[in-house]
Amino acid sequence: MRKRLKRFGAIVRKEITQLLRDRTTLAIVLIIPFLELFLFAYAVDLTVDHIPTAVADMSLDAQSRAFIDALEISGYFDVTMYLEDEKEVIHAIDEERVRAGVVIPPDFAVQVERGRAQALILLDGSDSFTVQSGYGAASAIAQDRAMKLMVDRVSRMGGNLGALPITSSTQVLYNSNMDDMVFIVPALAGILLQVLAVSLTAVAVVRERELGTIEQLLITPIRPIELMLGKMVPNVFVTAFGMLSVTVLGIFWFGVPFRGDPWLFAWLSLLFLVSGLGLGLLVSTVAQTQKQAQQITMLFMLLSMLLTGFIYPRAPMPPLVKAIGNLIPLTYFVRIVRGIFTKGVGLSFFWSDVVALIVYGSVVMVVSAATFRKRLD
Amino acid sequence: MVNDVTISAQGLVKRFRTKRGTVTAVDGVDLQVSRGEIFGLIGPDGAGKTTMTRVILGLLTRTAGQSGILGYDSMRHTFAIRERVGYIAQQFALPRDMTVMENMRFFADVQGVSEEDQRRRIPDLLEFAGLSRFTDRLAHQLSGGMKKKLALACSLIHEPQVVMLDEPTLGVDPVSRREFWNLLGNLRAEKGLTIFVCTPYMDEAERCNRVGLMYLGRLIACDTPGAVKRMVPGRVLEFTPSDFEQTLRILRNPKGLGLEGVLEVQSYGLMLHVFVDDPARRQPEIEAALVARGITCQGMREIEVRMEEAFISLVRRRREGEWTSTRS
Repeated sequence: MRKRLKRFGAIVRKEITQLLRDRTTLAIVLIIPFLELFLFAYAVDLTVDHIPTAVADMSLDAQSRAFIDALEISGYFDVTMYLEDEKEVIHAIDEERVRAGVVIPPDFAVQVERGRAQALILLDGSDSFTVQSGYGAASAIAQDRAMKLMVDRVSRMGGNLGALPITSSTQVLYNSNMDDMVFIVPALAGILLQVLAVSLTAVAVVRERELGTIEQLLITPIRPIELMLGKMVPNVFVTAFGMLSVTVLGIFWFGVPFRGDPWLFAWLSLLFLVSGLGLGLLVSTVAQTQKQAQQITMLFMLLSMLLTGFIYPRAPMPPLVKAIGNLIPLTYFVRIVRGIFTKGVGLSFFWSDVVALIVYGSVVMVVSAATFRKRLD
Repeated sequence: MVNDVTISAQGLVKRFRTKRGTVTAVDGVDLQVSRGEIFGLIGPDGAGKTTMTRVILGLLTRTAGQSGILGYDSMRHTFAIRERVGYIAQQFALPRDMTVMENMRFFADVQGVSEEDQRRRIPDLLEFAGLSRFTDRLAHQLSGGMKKKLALACSLIHEPQVVMLDEPTLGVDPVSRREFWNLLGNLRAEKGLTIFVCTPYMDEAERCNRVGLMYLGRLIACDTPGAVKRMVPGRVLEFTPSDFEQTLRILRNPKGLGLEGVLEVQSYGLMLHVFVDDPARRQPEIEAALVARGITCQGMREIEVRMEEAFISLVRRRREGEWTSTRS
């Protein structure tokens, strides 16, 4: 047992020495968490507002003026140019000078009185995020405006509409300001943990094979399981560092609320990490060179971003695509991490995901341990 | 352990399954290396030297037969072997982004060498390998010869009884090669180590106590260098003909010219090595026959048969199927 520990310690020391000596990789690994976080915080915005908008107001009266003001006040549309007619507006969208256009017909005020007014909103469909936000905002604003006019008219006629028959009141739970960071940060911590764990582990193993150093290791009394675990230890620290920095920065810099139990979060992160390390070992059995290992990791990262619910909701995905997502541990962890982080709920709410992660981690560990042999063939 | 046999193989077979079928890399080898011997396994690239070494060490599974080191079976007692044997892989396989000292300490630790022993042995080994001044240098910054010496030092850290070296002087300059072999000689003299060396260099084979000639997965001869050389019938005449191609054609078919006693012809650069039964008698006959064809011979003289000529001759006869395996 003492010899076993000594061997294990020697492997861990070797791996740490090599990791610290590979400055480029180390720098990239340590910078990536910050880079991704700041990119998502300041560069990538999932809700589109302040859409540059062209207006062709052919009516030029109080009614049209009021409608355009309402659009601008909402914050979704910024009127950047005034044009003559619909053709010019479409031309401006073609040239990408604006992303949206508003065309108000000449007899707008008259039609409003008759209750048949129509304003045309044009949206740049080549950008689906703009369409989503713009469409939603414009319909809401128009409806709101129509309601106000209706109430005005009824009261002018001396009547009293009283309360509207149905009003809906919407309350967004957990993230009342609909802040993207609240949505992104917890899952980002998860995806970083997974990508780092998979790629570092895969490369650490493949490198030995590619350079042929595995032969000189195998000829020592090192047991396969010692080598496998020894290679994982430094990666646990590096990935934990990445995860911790994203979490801490998310909470203290971007003000993302952390509502759940930090210890539960830590333990489940560790569980998730195990599955990532195991996956890295699996990748190393397929990849022959470090380059291949990195390419497989990139592919994996892409699938993780698209299929796990990190950004795009999983509910509308077809069953096959969903099933592929189920093969990625992040799918389970995204639900767990949002549950603890944002909702502040406990184990009883996501126990099935925890069970899935335990099963997943055990399977990949056992499978990859079996691929770690004491011989070259 | 019976009668000091350190490394043994009986009917050892190793086949690889590839996409294009099975390749038999080691084809029924019998081998015994005694304690304290320097044994050289020689043969051309692809003869199966590396594969056989790896199978005996338990780095590869074997297809059939038996093999073992120090009485431990290669497959069943793999880790017992790994604790008692030093090995240098053919290509430099130490972690190259670690320093000389870090490498020494790493291999000492994984071999379970105590701190106390490490303090004593590491400086000794570095001194022995001439690396004392380079302890902080990264392994990949060492010269080819120094890399091999570091690998040797690392493979000796646990004081193994056997070392197996796979082409340890490949890509090493002649001076370093000689130094390396002197180190091996000292090891054997001082510690009674059994040393097993694979090498394609025939001059290195001469420095071994016994050599095994490997060709196409078979051991075609296994004896002392002197005895192997004596397996070649006849003696050798060396000379440079003025018309190389024609001379070769003539001598390969000596009967056509009425030349007797020519056993074999080997080319050696621009020179020819002709095996004859009686040099004193055949030299003038050959010269005369060639001059009759308008070919002059420069510097014809008898040379001693070296391992190289012996090896080529043995391989050729093996290929021509003349070999009877009863000789050994």
